[in-house]
Amino acid sequence: MSNNFLNVVLADDDEDDRFLFKEAIKQLSIQTRLLLFNDGQELMNYLFSDESERPNLLFLDLNMPVKDGMQCLREIRQNEAFKDLAIAIYSTSSTEQDIEATFIYGANIYINKPSSFAKLKEVIEKVLQVNWQYHTSNMNRNTFLFRF
Amino acid sequence: MKIYLKYNYKVVCETLVREQLEKFNIPWSAINSSEFEILDGLPEETKFSLIQSLKNYGITVLDDQKETLVDRIKNTIDEMLNDENARHLKVSSYLSDKLDYTYSYLSSVFSENTYSSIENYLILRKVDLVKELLQEGNLNLTEIAYRLNYSSVSHLSGQFKKTTGLTPSSFQRIMKRKKSLNAYIDKTIKLVDEQ
Repeated sequence: MSNNFLNVVLADDDEDDRFLFKEAIKQLSIQTRLLLFNDGQELMNYLFSDESERPNLLFLDLNMPVKDGMQCLREIRQNEAFKDLAIAIYSTSSTEQDIEATFIYGANIYINKPSSFAKLKEVIEKVLQVNWQYHTSNMNRNTFLFRF
Repeated sequence: MKIYLKYNYKVVCETLVREQLEKFNIPWSAINSSEFEILDGLPEETKFSLIQSLKNYGITVLDDQKETLVDRIKNTIDEMLNDENARHLKVSSYLSDKLDYTYSYLSSVFSENTYSSIENYLILRKVDLVKELLQEGNLNLTEIAYRLNYSSVSHLSGQFKKTTGLTPSSFQRIMKRKKSLNAYIDKTIKLVDEQ
């Protein structure tokens, strides 16, 4: 188990949010390797480069400059190579309609950015646990939908 | 009268294992004298009986590295959920009966290795089954609750909402819209291909 890292990627243009996320995930018992990207284009460049290690889980902010989260989501989901990549949308206040749209275009998890650090830790832990189970158990990926 | 015996251990062992596999009607092929390949999936009970039976001859079945105790716990829970006659049983006694360890041992091994508890896994798995049945659309919530041994529809809905953050009906609506979007994309791709 000690060799079992979960490869996690976060794309978020807000520097404070990236910092808090990094701190929160560091404090959890689940072992992760985290990569950070400042916008959607940076993320896509990484994902589609040959030498990139395939992540297990992607946290994706919706509102980003250059390329927004929704565009990234759709491009990633159109590529068979990423069918096993779990995508968690990580965003502030969206309408119900926007949230449903992310699911319809292939997001697995929708997270409303929590307002406190403790809550943030809690929600990241939940997402990692659920993803871990999907990663290691025989669960149905077609219906992998959660909202936290 | 004295008789003298000379053993060919390799043949003895191979024959023994072969006879045992045949006794339990397990299709197999031999890789070598200490490695056998089982051709079909092996039900947990048959596997258990085979292991017990071989033990009488001093033969130990080594755990496949992939099939750790955690996997066996998960498989046993899946089996329990898929068996109509077992669904109402308590997971703790079901697991300790089937796997022959105390529940507290199983529970601590599971938590140490999965960052999650057996109870959480069971709920996640049950909700996964509910999702599957909802998606198929042949049963309504009352029927699903009955089939999966929930005490009531509201218990099912509550657990579903608490676990997934979605109500069963919003889950169903999303799945329906996902399906029609995918059908649309497939159709578009076909049209592009044909041009």
